[in-house]
Amino acid sequence: MNRIAQQFAEGKAADRSLFIAYLCAGDPTLEDSFRACESVLEAGTDLLELGVPFSDPLADGKTNQLAAQRALQNDIHQKDIFTLAKRVRGITEKPIIFYTYYNLVFANGVDNYVRQVKEAGVDGILVLDLPPEEADEVLEACERHDVKTVFIVAPTTPPERLAIIAEATTGFIYYVSQEGVTGVRKTLAEGIGDKVAEIKEHTELPVVVGFGISTPEQVKTVASVADGVVVGSALVNCIGSNLDNPQKAVSTLGAKAHELVGGLSL
Amino acid sequence: MNVPKGDVGGHMIADSVPQIDKTTLPDASGHFGVYGGRYVPETLFTCLQDLEKAYLEAKADPEFMRELQWYLKEYAGRPTTLYYAEQLTKRLGGAKIYLKREDLLHTGAHKINNVLGQALLARRLGKKRIIAETGAGQHGVATATVCAKFGLECVIYMGAVDMARQALNVFRMRLCGAEVRGVETGQRTLKDAVNEAMRDWVATSRNTHYILGSALGAHPFPMMVRDFHKIIGEETRRQIMELEGRLPNEVVACVGGGSNAIGMFYEFLDQTDVRLVGVEAGGRGIERGQHAARFSGGKVGVLQGCKTYLLCDDDGQIELTHSVSAGLDYAAVGPEHAYYREIGRLDFAYATDAEVMEAFQLLCECEGILPALESTHAVAYALKRAPEMRPDEILVINLSGRGDKDVQQIAEILAKKAQVEG
Repeated sequence: MNRIAQQFAEGKAADRSLFIAYLCAGDPTLEDSFRACESVLEAGTDLLELGVPFSDPLADGKTNQLAAQRALQNDIHQKDIFTLAKRVRGITEKPIIFYTYYNLVFANGVDNYVRQVKEAGVDGILVLDLPPEEADEVLEACERHDVKTVFIVAPTTPPERLAIIAEATTGFIYYVSQEGVTGVRKTLAEGIGDKVAEIKEHTELPVVVGFGISTPEQVKTVASVADGVVVGSALVNCIGSNLDNPQKAVSTLGAKAHELVGGLSL
Repeated sequence: MNVPKGDVGGHMIADSVPQIDKTTLPDASGHFGVYGGRYVPETLFTCLQDLEKAYLEAKADPEFMRELQWYLKEYAGRPTTLYYAEQLTKRLGGAKIYLKREDLLHTGAHKINNVLGQALLARRLGKKRIIAETGAGQHGVATATVCAKFGLECVIYMGAVDMARQALNVFRMRLCGAEVRGVETGQRTLKDAVNEAMRDWVATSRNTHYILGSALGAHPFPMMVRDFHKIIGEETRRQIMELEGRLPNEVVACVGGGSNAIGMFYEFLDQTDVRLVGVEAGGRGIERGQHAARFSGGKVGVLQGCKTYLLCDDDGQIELTHSVSAGLDYAAVGPEHAYYREIGRLDFAYATDAEVMEAFQLLCECEGILPALESTHAVAYALKRAPEMRPDEILVINLSGRGDKDVQQIAEILAKKAQVEG
């Protein structure tokens, strides 16, 4: 069984949702970024989502845009991201996925990219601007190299598209609970449970929920209806607001992740 | 000036042009060959499908088309003239040069053709809020203007750098009641304004229509924007037949995203004896970060919704661009252009900032016409090309916009130049 399926199976057996942490790879440096990954894993993260910094992250809010910009300004390249992923793989058997944009996957050949993803010990990829309708080449490469696919369902996704998305997905489905870009929200969207149930009519695969989740209470609420809870900007903020003090950034991040993981058992 | 050579697809078209079947361009899923498509976050996918459906219905509705024609004539000022530039022709001593005067349209550029179409469509969709990106500000001004006319709420995203170099247009947009939001991310130019507009739309698509201003982005935008501008080429063809009794030998247009160019070229695509040339921004020369000539320094990639030619580094990160003209200062080109270039139907050249400045002054001197810096790229190409052609040949330049907005910037550039030289 692959690491993604394994982890969700373990969660299911223990009757708990997974805590999924998003961090931007290379933010603000490779070394800091490694420490950050280490810290959220130690805090109890079940699945690590590594954002691959892109120059034009049009699905991301300010927090993630700035994180990507910091990484790119520090001259981080694709090969560094693969190196970082390998290094993180060296300290954990938890699943890791890439959260990326299609031009980065396409630039040097889709098959080549997916092969390197596999070699880096990364288990799956989510390509933000790649709907299933345009994804044939990625789907084939992922199958060839045994990398799992993650696709998004949005509040605007009509029922008739759920089957198309489920068909293309081999890892898990990511329901973005808000219309809009990534980022912390004060309140959770309504009707998450219903939407998750609707998605589950089309797939046996796990369904996770993300976008806008930033407090233990929100984690608890979402965990009660989904197989996993994704937290991104709330964690990335810990790095962004402590740029002058990398040690403090990591300790703040660890504490925040710990607090949020605690939401699972509230 | 770079005149296209064989290795950049500049071969004379007559020997290799395949038949172009306009009914399948784009295909049902929005592709022009391998280009185009719909590379967007899931949140927008259905919205784009709905937009496509609504557009196709509107297009087939005689009442919608009649209303659009009425606004194009009475509000925008169509048809525009096809003007024989006699002095310029004499000065260059080659082909007879005609200017398609899109600069005479209301708001100063071709952009209003598309904005009127999409605003009527938004009204049909029941969307009361409009967003748009703008580079040079011409699309922003056209959008703000039409929103004022139709009573629609209007938000324009514009890079902070562009707001500074096109201050007059910012003022005009605000006069029309639009909110102009400065974009401070990335390079703070057109590409970043598109990112911000898309981020807005991801959150607001249920009540907001995004009037994309060029033949770019995800399907159905490239098709829709082309259709709303194809009147440029249709008029040109009719006018040149009336004036000269024959088709032109060559038609040239500047290409940023490529909306004025595709609008001009589309009518001539199956006339394989008419050479069609797009002119990109050569900036300070074809070196990384110094230009926006996607077909000279770029490769195939995916940006902001479509697969096309773009400028990116080895990792796929989008590169910085530069052009004296904000409207051409963009890293990707419309996907339909990429396709017609690939099959050998369109040729592409580029003009540098310096050549553009020269052409700008010449057109002012010879014809008393002040072209937009964007459109001046096509003029700069013509300065080089016309003398190579025979006096019995005809060259049409699409003068897509007027240069009032650029006057201050040009004055500064000329003053600086005088200082350096003096």
